[in-house]
Amino acid sequence: MSVATVTSAGDPEGENPTCCSETHAVSQSAEAATGESLYALEKKLVDQRGTSIGLDVYRGHPVLVTMFFGHCRDVCPMQAARIKAAIDSLGTEERKPLRVLMISLDPSRDTPPALATLAKTYGVDTPDWTFATASEDDVREIAAALGIRYVRLPDGSFNHSAVVTLLDEGGVIRGRADGLTAPLAPLLARSKSH
Amino acid sequence: MVHIPGATFEPAFAPAPGITRIDVSAFFVDRRPVTNGEFLQFVREYPRFRRSSIPGILADKTYLSHWSNDLDPGEGVSPNQPVTHVSWFAAKAYCEARGDRLPSWVEWEYVAAADETRRDARSDAAWQQRILDWYARPSHDALPNVGMGSANIYGVQDLHGLIWEWVSDFHAMLIRPDSRDDGGRFFCGAGATAAADKSGYAIFMRVAFLSSVEARYTTANLGFRCARDVAGKRETRP
Repeated sequence: MSVATVTSAGDPEGENPTCCSETHAVSQSAEAATGESLYALEKKLVDQRGTSIGLDVYRGHPVLVTMFFGHCRDVCPMQAARIKAAIDSLGTEERKPLRVLMISLDPSRDTPPALATLAKTYGVDTPDWTFATASEDDVREIAAALGIRYVRLPDGSFNHSAVVTLLDEGGVIRGRADGLTAPLAPLLARSKSH
Repeated sequence: MVHIPGATFEPAFAPAPGITRIDVSAFFVDRRPVTNGEFLQFVREYPRFRRSSIPGILADKTYLSHWSNDLDPGEGVSPNQPVTHVSWFAAKAYCEARGDRLPSWVEWEYVAAADETRRDARSDAAWQQRILDWYARPSHDALPNVGMGSANIYGVQDLHGLIWEWVSDFHAMLIRPDSRDDGGRFFCGAGATAAADKSGYAIFMRVAFLSSVEARYTTANLGFRCARDVAGKRETRP
């Protein structure tokens, strides 16, 4: 999808065609205008390298976001595999802009080294995939914003809904695949449609 | 705020398989829901949560829609009515601005199980019926002010008969266990088998309500109150 450039009324840059005629990351004023960007949460995460990143680490790209926990034996790996397979089925040019952000529901156990191991195990140890944790409270807010329901069980595992959300370049939610059997192809198609 | 002593609590509805007896630590909770007047103070101090500037991801289009404008509830809205049309994000931010938090679902139900003289009135059919009668009534045209109803044994008011209330973990209600690959067991069946006490229908109403909302939703009869850890105020700020 094309990346929108926005100039607000009275914006001096809007009077300069060379500034705003090129595609670039969606501006702050665009986010204010839409108001629906997930990035308005302004959350800090830590990735699998132990680097502090923003929730908007992939701003400027369409992003598939989902939440998981590392000790999940079957469903979460399946979800990662589904996402990888869906992306791999695209042509080289189509898949180039896409990024994947996997956020853990279990920050106490999904430490950066554990996440790094998961990335390798899932075969997605590339710059296009980020595994990240946040504080428990931030996890709660991010899940709430994504409409993901979860509860920690007495054995330390989680019941959680399996949702893959598509964000556009500005972090606005453009689609969701809700459930393990919800097809991802329509979501990926939507990432190209603008 | 009032102090609620810790206890082991058996919710009538288990929030997830295996969670039937819960040790609730002592905590503090607001006697009454947060009011329009109190929420106005908050948005004065935190412009991000004013009606015209709150990001869409944090609240839907009817956020504070009953107010005249950002900083004026207006003539027809009493400062002492419970504030409604607030999202979970806004409610959470209000509590955090005070160094507090939203109560958890278990904490809320634990306090709500009490009547005027008993910590746990749930076996009293007459008390249960009083609560169900409220749910059966059509919505008020104008919400009463907070604090008009009788207090329960802890001194907490307005848990029944005024508004629905946000809790910190509303998102934990009635989850389809996708992550556990239970072969597509849907929540209706899970809910029925998880229920320990089927006489308290009101709790099902509340759980059904909480499981139907999203964090950014706002509605006319949904407000909140805050809680605080016994250890004291928190550092988190909105």
